[in-house]
Amino acid sequence: MDLFYIESHIEFLKARKLAFAISAVLIIVSLVSLATRGLNFGIEFRGGVVIEAGFPESIDLPPIRAALEQAGIDRSVVQHFGSSREVTVQLMADEGVDAGATRDQVMSILRTVDARAELRRVEFVGPQVGRELAEQGGLAALFALLMILAYVSFRFQWKFSLGAVAALLHDVMITLGIFSLLQLPFDLAVLAAILAVIGYSLNDTIVIFDRIRENMLKMRRKTTEDVIDASLNQTLSRTIMTGVTTLLVLLALYFLGGEAISGFSIALIIGVIVGTYSSIYIASATALALKVTTLDLIPPQADKDEQSGVVP
Amino acid sequence: MVLNRFPLWKNLLVIGVVLVGIVFALPNIFGDAPAVQVTADTGQPLDDVALQRVNSILEARGIPFGPSYLEDGRVTVHFPDVEEQLRALDLLREQLGRGFVAALTLAPRTPAMMRAVGLKPMSLGLDLRGGVHFMYEVDMDAAIGQALDRFETDFRTLLRDERIRYKSVRRDGDTVRVVLENADDRRAASRVIANADRELSISERQVGTDFELVVRMTENQVRERQDFAIEQNTVTLRNRVNELGVSEPVVQRQGADRIVVQLPGVQDPAQAERVLGATATLEFRLVDEVNSPFEARERGRAPLGSALYEDRTGQPVLLRREVIVTGDQLTGASAGFDEGQPAVFVNLDARGARRMGETTRANLNKRMAVIFIEQKRDTVERDGETREVTRTEERVISVATIRGVFSNRFMITGLEPLEARDLALLLRAGSLAAPIFKVEERTIGPSLGQENIERGMQAVAIGFILVVVFVTIYYRVFGLIANLALLMNLVLVIALLSMLQAALTLPGIAGIVLTVGMAVDANVLIFERIREELRNGNTPQAAIHAGYEKAFSSIADANITTLIAAVVLFTFGTGPIRGFAVTLSLGIITSMFTAIVGTRAVVNALYGGKRVQTLPI
Repeated sequence: MDLFYIESHIEFLKARKLAFAISAVLIIVSLVSLATRGLNFGIEFRGGVVIEAGFPESIDLPPIRAALEQAGIDRSVVQHFGSSREVTVQLMADEGVDAGATRDQVMSILRTVDARAELRRVEFVGPQVGRELAEQGGLAALFALLMILAYVSFRFQWKFSLGAVAALLHDVMITLGIFSLLQLPFDLAVLAAILAVIGYSLNDTIVIFDRIRENMLKMRRKTTEDVIDASLNQTLSRTIMTGVTTLLVLLALYFLGGEAISGFSIALIIGVIVGTYSSIYIASATALALKVTTLDLIPPQADKDEQSGVVP
Repeated sequence: MVLNRFPLWKNLLVIGVVLVGIVFALPNIFGDAPAVQVTADTGQPLDDVALQRVNSILEARGIPFGPSYLEDGRVTVHFPDVEEQLRALDLLREQLGRGFVAALTLAPRTPAMMRAVGLKPMSLGLDLRGGVHFMYEVDMDAAIGQALDRFETDFRTLLRDERIRYKSVRRDGDTVRVVLENADDRRAASRVIANADRELSISERQVGTDFELVVRMTENQVRERQDFAIEQNTVTLRNRVNELGVSEPVVQRQGADRIVVQLPGVQDPAQAERVLGATATLEFRLVDEVNSPFEARERGRAPLGSALYEDRTGQPVLLRREVIVTGDQLTGASAGFDEGQPAVFVNLDARGARRMGETTRANLNKRMAVIFIEQKRDTVERDGETREVTRTEERVISVATIRGVFSNRFMITGLEPLEARDLALLLRAGSLAAPIFKVEERTIGPSLGQENIERGMQAVAIGFILVVVFVTIYYRVFGLIANLALLMNLVLVIALLSMLQAALTLPGIAGIVLTVGMAVDANVLIFERIREELRNGNTPQAAIHAGYEKAFSSIADANITTLIAAVVLFTFGTGPIRGFAVTLSLGIITSMFTAIVGTRAVVNALYGGKRVQTLPI
């Protein structure tokens, strides 16, 4: 079955102005939201306590909030977690550094609401550790970007590298922007997902660039725009196939993996969609805007060797 | 030249990898059985003698048990059900006695033959098996403070012994100040102190008529003291964990001032914490029988040489400041009953016993008090900033009349049964060299752990099936080949995880799911190329050859970038996130093999060197 070939003479780059405009709007919205609303950092980064309790049947939140308030725990966030039978109580670190006492107190309050409450999970991160985790996380993201950049510039000519980086930043910013806009909780797992998005987005871009490079050397008569368009069309079915299989498993993970992993799944789902779009438009169009020509691609000797490649 | 034939060695390589993968992944399909694990509390590996003893204890009582064996220096015994497991645990704890730790666990039902050659299933992270993870920070300021306090007392004694008159000796921040009356005394004092500890840095100073010595610990000494504090605390925590009776616990120093404790299977973090985090120690002091405690309470001030406390009933009691014996002079402690009252039986070391003997002989029929001292941590808000301060809580747990002379063995009464048990346990495990406080906790209840496994496995299964169906529809026979590779990839990841014994976590499972989706990419790239070559009018054989060849550089580039991200994540990540990095990296590496070499082997076997008109792709 060959779904995408028949219709595949799309002039992608004709729409690049529109695409740039859409991306620009998305990025501006993301940046504004990040600047004003910020990210809804989980306790892993801010320091705090989360206590998750399970009940045999669904339970209402107001009585729990009332009971907590009565006990003097009034700045807690009480939410259902996954289903109406699970409840999380979240406290920021400055309100309760003695996590053990807080945990025991909250559990005994929950047991007064319903004696069958069962402790399912406790997560406590001290403010100091939280700062360290946030610092490490930021460093990790930065380091990953730099390493990948180094690799791409080693493998491709600089104009392509810039295109790849533009796409990468685009994807990360929009994913973060959506997390900020919807105030989805941002925890360590989401950070890991963002790093995976960086990997995935680049993966996509590189496959397209590989093809552009190959075609530029093959179709020397055509304009750069035509070459890029042809390359995009040739790789289109692969782009969609891989996007679809990845999205399929991510949807399975989102719907079946439980609440603990849902933020992770959402970040990757957004990242994969945005990443696919950006490989087509942002990466290629940036390369085009920088006027890549065949001249840029007269391959150095080393490159040629890799083209013929080690073949299994 | 015949296209698309693998040399024999390549085919053998593929078959070899597949077989090895299956063998290593196999231990994972047998599930778990309730079991009891016995270890030596010193951490020394146990031998066959211990195994025989465990077996005979169980046989003597007629408790049915499954396989029992030695593994990694631990004795593991399987049981048919949880009831027998619990009975056996109680029995073993009672009969094995000191020196052994018996704990409940779930042991893999791997057949003996596999176990014998060291094949093990994957080890599960705490978020999948349930348990408690604590990270403690050692209060280094307090550790240094304690050392300085000791110098203060030592200097006083030294000067007194050498008959050097001093105005005062007192700790001031990170120094100890010795104030003397004249320069001669100062010279003498300086010599005495320098003799006692050659490393200390001593400087002289004159303030008005005060001749001062400012004594400071050198950087080296501070570092040594900190190292000692954390090493000592790690040992103490390990002892306490042993007292708790947990299977496969982890107690590990992390960085300069942190200790990680992981207790798989522990369901009650409160109890674990009470025992681990307790900075409790004991002091034995005489009651001040001369002054009235009520008077002291009214005046709000204790007379010289005494301190005011409240006993358990809230009555004031005056205690002499001199300490007879402290907790670190204890050599043993056990909880029990004396005349129906809960009691803790205590053994003292030689020095403590001598002191205790002298004191009780001289103070017959007077009263002695036992004080329980605990370090607690509070948060206070000062200048809009929250900071943590350590506070010492002292409680008088018993005041009793000395009825006879005792030295190395005696008992403490006046406790609740639970208190007696905890106190005995803490005294046995030793006290902490410096206070610790918890900076991180992750507790996962057993039901949530089980749920996490089930959900994760479901996500893997459904994700896998979706991809398989989609790929089969799209690429037909070649799709089936790709699916075979995908399945092999899954087997290889599981085999590697089992081999490395890297803990599988929930994010780790997510990593596996993600690899299932992304691993097909390599095959998609190859198959799309083959289709293109076919469209361009190439023969099937040439198309297969060119497809694999041309797709290679794209596949390598694409996978390397993701691998970079995964490796960076592994380097920086902590806890469960590392699990994600591990499975993602392994999945990428194995998928390169299965998707490129593996599928090629099958394609070659099916089509290579044959007359093929069309390809089912």
